[in-house]
Amino acid sequence: MSDDAILVEGLEKSYGSVKALCGVDFAARSGSVLGLLGPNGAGKTTAVRILATLLEPDGGRAEVTGLDVRRDAAELRARIGLAGQYAAVDENLTGFENLEMVGRLYHLARPEARSRAQELIDGFELTDAAKRPVKTYSGGMRRRLDLAAALVYHPPVLFLDEPTTGLDPRSRLSLWDTIEGRVAAGTTVLLTTQYLEEADRLADRIVVIDHGRVIAEGTSDELKGEIGGERLDVRLEDPADAETAVSALTGMCIEEPKISDGSVSVAVRQRKGMVAEAVRRLDGAGIGIDDISVHRPTLDDVFISLTGQAADGDEADTQVPEEVSA
Amino acid sequence: MSSLPTTVSDTRVLAGRNLKRIPRQPDLLIAYTVQPVMFVLLFVFVFGGAIDSGSFDYVDFLMPGIIVQSIAFGGFVTALGLSEDVQKGLIDRFRSLPMSRAAVLTGRTFSDVVLNCLSLVVLFAVGFAAGFNFIDSSVAQVLLGIVLLLLIGYAFSWIFALVGLFSSTPETANSIGFTLIFPLTFASSVFVPAQTMPDGLRQFAEANPFTTFSDALRSLWIGTPPHSDVWMSFVWVAVLTAIFAPLAVSRYRTVAAK
Repeated sequence: MSDDAILVEGLEKSYGSVKALCGVDFAARSGSVLGLLGPNGAGKTTAVRILATLLEPDGGRAEVTGLDVRRDAAELRARIGLAGQYAAVDENLTGFENLEMVGRLYHLARPEARSRAQELIDGFELTDAAKRPVKTYSGGMRRRLDLAAALVYHPPVLFLDEPTTGLDPRSRLSLWDTIEGRVAAGTTVLLTTQYLEEADRLADRIVVIDHGRVIAEGTSDELKGEIGGERLDVRLEDPADAETAVSALTGMCIEEPKISDGSVSVAVRQRKGMVAEAVRRLDGAGIGIDDISVHRPTLDDVFISLTGQAADGDEADTQVPEEVSA
Repeated sequence: MSSLPTTVSDTRVLAGRNLKRIPRQPDLLIAYTVQPVMFVLLFVFVFGGAIDSGSFDYVDFLMPGIIVQSIAFGGFVTALGLSEDVQKGLIDRFRSLPMSRAAVLTGRTFSDVVLNCLSLVVLFAVGFAAGFNFIDSSVAQVLLGIVLLLLIGYAFSWIFALVGLFSSTPETANSIGFTLIFPLTFASSVFVPAQTMPDGLRQFAEANPFTTFSDALRSLWIGTPPHSDVWMSFVWVAVLTAIFAPLAVSRYRTVAAK
């Protein structure tokens, strides 16, 4: 337990009559990346704001490196870095001035604050823009500066609240590299994101929250495993052949094949050899194939299945009534 | 609670930040210098001829009042700056740092003092150019007047700090300032003697601290009878600061990004 850099137990927070968090539990081991995944309004940002001492919880426990967010707030702030979805930097200061200011507010001596600022400017590829006011920066540059500001004091724990929301793919990839670099250096990261790809790539463990509750938890693979294995999608040349195709494929799949709109979808246990076998069977039955593809479950599927926001697919059925009543 | 040296150091860092920003926001700088000049010219030359200021030239009567108004509104930079910081999430950054809880606000109010010094220079320059003269006042009285003005500015910076922290956008701060607080300065002896006002308004004007401040400066700078205005002004400054500084700091502790 002492290994947990972040520990949250039974955390509750309401805004008026709206319950943002209703008893949330999660933990992040020291040096790991915990992904907090959920739709807008799920309570991700509330959880981060409580951990960063910006909000007081109504109930439950929240600790960072063993320090309580209420009792030890002042001490806790020296151990964390916060980079938000709204790049919190001063637009009228230069990049360098922003970092120097943050360093000084961590009570580094001026020369130290300046050398740290320069180090980060160079490390985040902002050297050319260091002396320009931030209002001239691109979105990606602002995020890099924001992240750099969070790292000024070498915090052991880093909170990243949707760090790449609104960034172009290239800036996103470069920010991911940077975050991975920090993790390799031993920083514990709590990452909130709406991008499943981001959680998939960066997070060691993922906590899915919706309506202020944890609805699933595990590694990316565990979560994908929970909603079943791989699927083979076959699009037929002639939709009228669908019934024949189903009977041809029935022997090789783990549940009844599904037909939709001229395609047959087959759940299989593993992909090895499956495409070849499906082609042989369909060919043997004299059915023309327009396209055939193997579909691995993605975190998107997990997400849709868990939050019940699926447009199709039976797995979401149990969640739907709750959505309607809400 | 942060130690005093920490608070002082954090305040210096943030006051420096606020002052660095000013020359980079030309619109703000213009508002800060041109607006008071426009007011002086407007009142002296447009309205002045029609206002009965008793035995004084109107420009002599007006300048102490208009300087009070301008300096009190110097703190408006704080309201705009803080609401912008809240809106942009910068306040979140500051609140997540192991720094003094009061420093964001003291940094603001102290940088306002520096800006108000600048404003005073501009106001005196335009005042003298428009014909203002000190009447029967000693150097000590002139200086006491300036100290009083800076303290008035400081007290109002805290009021504007609170306005800024309660405003979701700089535009809201702007409208609170100009619809609620600005008219207060007119219902006072800033521009005209309170005796000329109808019953009701006159009593309000006489109780208005802007009247106390303006009359205090007139007694120091143009030799009007002193009454109790000078020391009452210091009392007002102390009371306003004692009320609004703690309110602003407590609001800062809980303010959330919008």
